Amino acid sequence: MAIALTHPEFDLFFQDLKQSYRIFGPMRKKGKGAMSDTDVIDYGPISSANDIVWLEKSFFSPKVVVNPIRETLFHFVNQRAVVPEIDVQPILLLLRPCDLAGIDRLDTIFLQNGEISDFYYERRRALVKFAIMGCETGFDSCFCAVMGTNKPNRDAYDYAFMPSTKGVEVHFGTSTSTSTSTDASTDASTDASTRLTDDIEPALAPEHNRLAFELPDFSHVTIEQIFSHPMWLEYSRRCIACGRCNTSCVTCSCFTMQDIYTDDNKQLAQRRRRWAGCHIDGFTNMAGGHSFRTKNGERMRFKIMHKLYDFHRRFGKHMCVGCGRCTDVCPEYISFTNTIKKVSEIIVEVTTHANRQ
Amino acid sequence: MQIDNNPYLALPYKILSIQRETEIDWTFTIAFDAPLVGGQFMQLSIPGVGEAPISISDFSPASDKSPGLLHMTIRKVGRLTDSIFELVPGDMLFMRGPYGNGFDVSLLKDKHVTIITGGTGTAPVKSVIRSMVYGSVPTLSARIVCGFKSPSDVLYKENLSLWQQESLGTKTNILLTIDRATEDDTPWSGEVGLVTSHIPSLGDTEQYGHIDPLNAMAIVVGPPMMMKFTTLGLIKAGYLPENIIVSFERNMSCAIGKCGHCKIDETYVCLEGPVFNYVQAAKLLD
Repeated sequence: MAIALTHPEFDLFFQDLKQSYRIFGPMRKKGKGAMSDTDVIDYGPISSANDIVWLEKSFFSPKVVVNPIRETLFHFVNQRAVVPEIDVQPILLLLRPCDLAGIDRLDTIFLQNGEISDFYYERRRALVKFAIMGCETGFDSCFCAVMGTNKPNRDAYDYAFMPSTKGVEVHFGTSTSTSTSTDASTDASTDASTRLTDDIEPALAPEHNRLAFELPDFSHVTIEQIFSHPMWLEYSRRCIACGRCNTSCVTCSCFTMQDIYTDDNKQLAQRRRRWAGCHIDGFTNMAGGHSFRTKNGERMRFKIMHKLYDFHRRFGKHMCVGCGRCTDVCPEYISFTNTIKKVSEIIVEVTTHANRQ
Repeated sequence: MQIDNNPYLALPYKILSIQRETEIDWTFTIAFDAPLVGGQFMQLSIPGVGEAPISISDFSPASDKSPGLLHMTIRKVGRLTDSIFELVPGDMLFMRGPYGNGFDVSLLKDKHVTIITGGTGTAPVKSVIRSMVYGSVPTLSARIVCGFKSPSDVLYKENLSLWQQESLGTKTNILLTIDRATEDDTPWSGEVGLVTSHIPSLGDTEQYGHIDPLNAMAIVVGPPMMMKFTTLGLIKAGYLPENIIVSFERNMSCAIGKCGHCKIDETYVCLEGPVFNYVQAAKLLD
């Protein structure tokens, strides 16, 4: 089912949803940009439809809603562990189609990798329903069509909001099941809105992006050939290992544990985890001083291969969802897509060289 | 408090005794009763200080006379281990686990077994060495080489010298070697030289029988460089790569395949390791 709402109607619809959900989406955080007097588009609690930023890509991804930057696992009180409760009110998360695929990749790691699922992720994730924000044209650095994340299944979301100059079309995904959401749609649609036919699959993201390229085909090369190629040296020079690509990526899920005392007598303590990234110094450090991938080019190679090769070998789908945020945020202007193209080039180079011999 | 399905929850266990192996390597014996496999590891922690993966060095199940025992040899090298070294018998250590696959000793049955360890790499293999000495896994022969930097770095001195004596006249031989003679005061009657220098003389001895490399299994655990050159040495000596087993060490935060620190290619050391067949291990490129 779908309905076309005017802007005021959509706001009413939105207020209705707020009765049932805490709503998180991309919003403008004034003055919080990296430069003075600049804003940042980031995820936060949305209080009215006017807060939603439709026309810009968010700097950070929606993963922060299901996987907070820092999360307390437990408090130790006199040597006893106490797990903090969380707010259990359901969450509606507004996100782009690529980001919905990103949440699926987080699910894969936190819920499916290994036999044990992640308690903390699972309890947050169980609260979340999704509303897709239509992404008619995409943005300059996007490549969702290349990654195949531009056509989400209808059973993966509850709502899809398609903005237009007149208002917002609201499509209902097949996972919409709660009585509250049905009531909300009926209330809004009985007044002035137009009911649209149900059988039209909404085009939630572009069929093609401005960036178009083929993904590397690793089937005729060995990983040693890729790893040992001097191409990666360029990134040892350019990458400064700031980890912005990791923190902005919707699919980067790595974390590090931290323990701290919260009192003077060392009877109150906290174990928490915080985001970590494969580009950031110390990620592989072991007690005693040994570490791996000390050169930044090696870290770039590790990340690229994880996003486009080894995650696929393990789970049958690419980790990268093509949101392009890593390219947007890199202070050294390293383009993820150009790196992918370079990998394709070295594969051609290596195989041509092998054929000549 | 929901704890039943919370895999991160660490529980307190009592330290029963502490054995000083060297100045910086102590073995902590902890009351712990659960099925264990040598080569697995525990996530060991002190609330407020931190958590880290530590290898199980030996264990014994509960009996009428004794509770289940877990031994872990810990080197004092960081914030957490500094604090662990301040604990005394009777204190509590927090743990969760065991994690990882451990050594499948059934692979060693009726084989010529070679075990080569370097330094603290001896710890995760200690229970396997014990099972060689006491014949709980019947083998054609077992040659064990434990290498340490200097006489004062030797771990499990009492155990190893007892096991050397117990093995006399059997098909098991334990050789202790130090990297080089030092001006160390500790007397040394064992061999001198890197573990790799002892590989050529492993092959053919009257007492222990001729090793048929095709019917031999080897375990190699130690620092990365030691493992690299020891495995190459074994392959040069005729051992089949698929018959060599190694164990990896990595930074880990979760031990359950979530935190990403130990991932190499598509392999998670905490889930598929830390014990790997050499053929697989050789493909794990950092």
